Amino acid sequence: MARDVSAPAPPADERRLPRASWLARLGWLALAVYVAYAASLLEITWERFYAGLGHGAVFVARMVPPDFSRWDLLVHDLTESVEIAVLASFFGIVIALPIGLLAARNMMPLWVTWPARALIAVCRSFHPIIVAIVFVKAVGFGALAGILALIVASVGFIAKLFAEAIEEISMKQVEAVRAAGAPFFNVVTFGVLPQVLARFIGFSSYQLDSNFRVSTVVGIVGGGGIGGTLFAAFQRFDYDFVAAILLSIIALIMVVEVFSARLRATFQ
Amino acid sequence: MESGPVSARSLVIRDLVKEYKPGHPVLRGISLDLDGRGMTAVIGPSGTGKSTLIRCINRLVEPTSGSILFQGQDLAQLRGQGLRAARRRIGMIFQEFNLVERLTVIENLLCGRLGYVAPLKAWLRKFPERDLARAFDLLDAVGLRGFAAQRADSLSGGQRQRVGIARAVMQEPDLLLADEPTSSLDPKTSVEIMELMVALAGRANIPVIVNIHQVALAKRFADRIVGMSGGRIVFDGPPDELTDGHLKTIYGGEAWLET
Amino acid sequence: MLAAEHQWQRFTPQARLARFAVYLGIVAAVVVSFRTVEVIPEFLQDAPEQIGDLFYRMWPPDARFYPATVHGALIETIHIATLGTIFTTLMAVPVGFLAARNVTPHVPLNALAQLILVSTRSVNTLVWAILFVAVFGPGALAGTAAIAFRSIGFVGKLFAEAVENADRGSIEALRAAGAPWPSVLTMGYWPQVRPAFWSIVLFRWDINVRESAILGLVGAGGIGMVLDDSMNLFQWHRVATVLVSIFAVVILAELVVNAIRKRII
Repeated sequence: MARDVSAPAPPADERRLPRASWLARLGWLALAVYVAYAASLLEITWERFYAGLGHGAVFVARMVPPDFSRWDLLVHDLTESVEIAVLASFFGIVIALPIGLLAARNMMPLWVTWPARALIAVCRSFHPIIVAIVFVKAVGFGALAGILALIVASVGFIAKLFAEAIEEISMKQVEAVRAAGAPFFNVVTFGVLPQVLARFIGFSSYQLDSNFRVSTVVGIVGGGGIGGTLFAAFQRFDYDFVAAILLSIIALIMVVEVFSARLRATFQ
Repeated sequence: MESGPVSARSLVIRDLVKEYKPGHPVLRGISLDLDGRGMTAVIGPSGTGKSTLIRCINRLVEPTSGSILFQGQDLAQLRGQGLRAARRRIGMIFQEFNLVERLTVIENLLCGRLGYVAPLKAWLRKFPERDLARAFDLLDAVGLRGFAAQRADSLSGGQRQRVGIARAVMQEPDLLLADEPTSSLDPKTSVEIMELMVALAGRANIPVIVNIHQVALAKRFADRIVGMSGGRIVFDGPPDELTDGHLKTIYGGEAWLET
Repeated sequence: MLAAEHQWQRFTPQARLARFAVYLGIVAAVVVSFRTVEVIPEFLQDAPEQIGDLFYRMWPPDARFYPATVHGALIETIHIATLGTIFTTLMAVPVGFLAARNVTPHVPLNALAQLILVSTRSVNTLVWAILFVAVFGPGALAGTAAIAFRSIGFVGKLFAEAVENADRGSIEALRAAGAPWPSVLTMGYWPQVRPAFWSIVLFRWDINVRESAILGLVGAGGIGMVLDDSMNLFQWHRVATVLVSIFAVVILAELVVNAIRKRII
């Protein structure tokens, strides 16, 4: 017997708009109100914006054509930024690995994970630039401060994600390796690492990219690299040199992104 | 009862008690003498502690009290190095196979030797040639010739359990534990797996303790059946002495007996 | 020797070559950097003592400094971050759609959009801030613009990826029914990418709060200016107050983001 598929029409009062869209509209309205309020608080007005566009046009005009005449200074400082990024990433990853393992609550007892997680939280809480300022005060101007600051940032990021990845693994696989009588490090190598390696490479290469970006600006606060040169050129109103530096930085970052994509492909 | 090489593989459990929650023991004083030969099947309803009993032996579960005597040591008291050394001598097969999914079949087999290989060599996958040769022989023996380089997660359930069996046998153990090895498999594959376990363990004279809920499989393959109910042993004897009356004591109720 | 069919190689010859090349490259890069970077080892050894001295000078933080100056600057910082994130969303969503190959089948347009996304995130927020201070003058406008422009690359890239991962089925159905492309976007793609969208925006807002805190170092508004002034005058107790408040705001922002995430996603 076929079922009767024609149902009676729903009563009229069920045809109103569902409540959800009212809430959504209210949300958008609140957002618009906020934007107006905050803009006025920050003195963001159309006049300033248009004036800015005017300045901007002059500004861009002075930047074109970019001035590469001091390319030896440019290359020297850019190389320093690369060195800062390479060393900070290398040491950051090497240090972050054991710390991340120590912070994993499914592998370590509480009295080990708690200090490790506290250390990671402290490393993450401050912007690398602020950390760089502190290190500049501590070890003086130059690349060392930049390297140390970026190591702290790298450890904070990589160790946290590494610990999270370890906490999400299937403990069954680890259990089997333990049951065969393997010592701790072999359990990690065969039971834990195969499960987290892909993700580890992913966020390590992300941090590598990030370190390259930040290494170009730590110089602004004295941490070495091209940032200082850039800021100095700015303050001298040397805008065509600024343009040259900016283009070099963008080119460097693009190369690094391609390189780290290749790196990911090789190891995954 | 024979003495000599067989007693090197015998297991004596005395008054084993396990409480997951204080005051609610799952194992209520288990005492068992296993003479190191053949396959012993532990049967009983869910929750009666079969799995807990098996896992107490290799300390995947911590016993609350009691002793487990094996090769002159009390397994319940071992820690650290001593426990690891004992675990090397005991192989385990898991219900959900517990293979390392992202490693290849051959690497999973070599996990069985991780108790004997130094960490650096293990990292670099530099296992002794003898281990590699044995691994390939075992792959043949379990019918997975040619699967060495395949990733474990590309295998079917039956194939994974074969790898699990091979991995356990790779340890050259003196005892084989199996925690519901066929519960995740279809009936035909279950029989194949049981046959494989009996064949491989029999060939090397390794005693097997298997926790199983399919009574038919237990009766068919085991030399001795231990029936548990309510955390206690209520039957201990050869399969042909296992009557319906005994099964009723173990499992309770008659309805499930009608098939 | 093992029999031929019993040989096991963990990696194919090509893979081994590639991995070796990468290892070599990494070692070379690290060694070369180590030797050429201008670092004075004595400064490194001196570091713990210097850092200790710094903290000694900063303790205790100057509490009276907070309501006077710090509080207002913190509020300004949060507004910069929030407004900047809102503006970036307005710009990043269209660019993201242009960059998504399933929405925009034009390769040149894709390439242009990707170029915009890559360049905006290659330039650090601080550098954008410097640029905008030169254009708009010092103050929060420059900071907001810097946050907005830098985030386009981040939000746009992740958004484009979410759009490209959208299920084609419902899109096909809408197209087959003859829907115009704005409707396909709002009724087909948007419902699918909405959870990812909010997640991305929240994530970026969290990062932007941290970034906004330092923009003042180059004059772009927010608490960074207070920090810069205090440091230049060597008023370390006030510096400590500023650092502690930045820390508190960042933690607060994380808590807010986690709470909202649990509710929405």
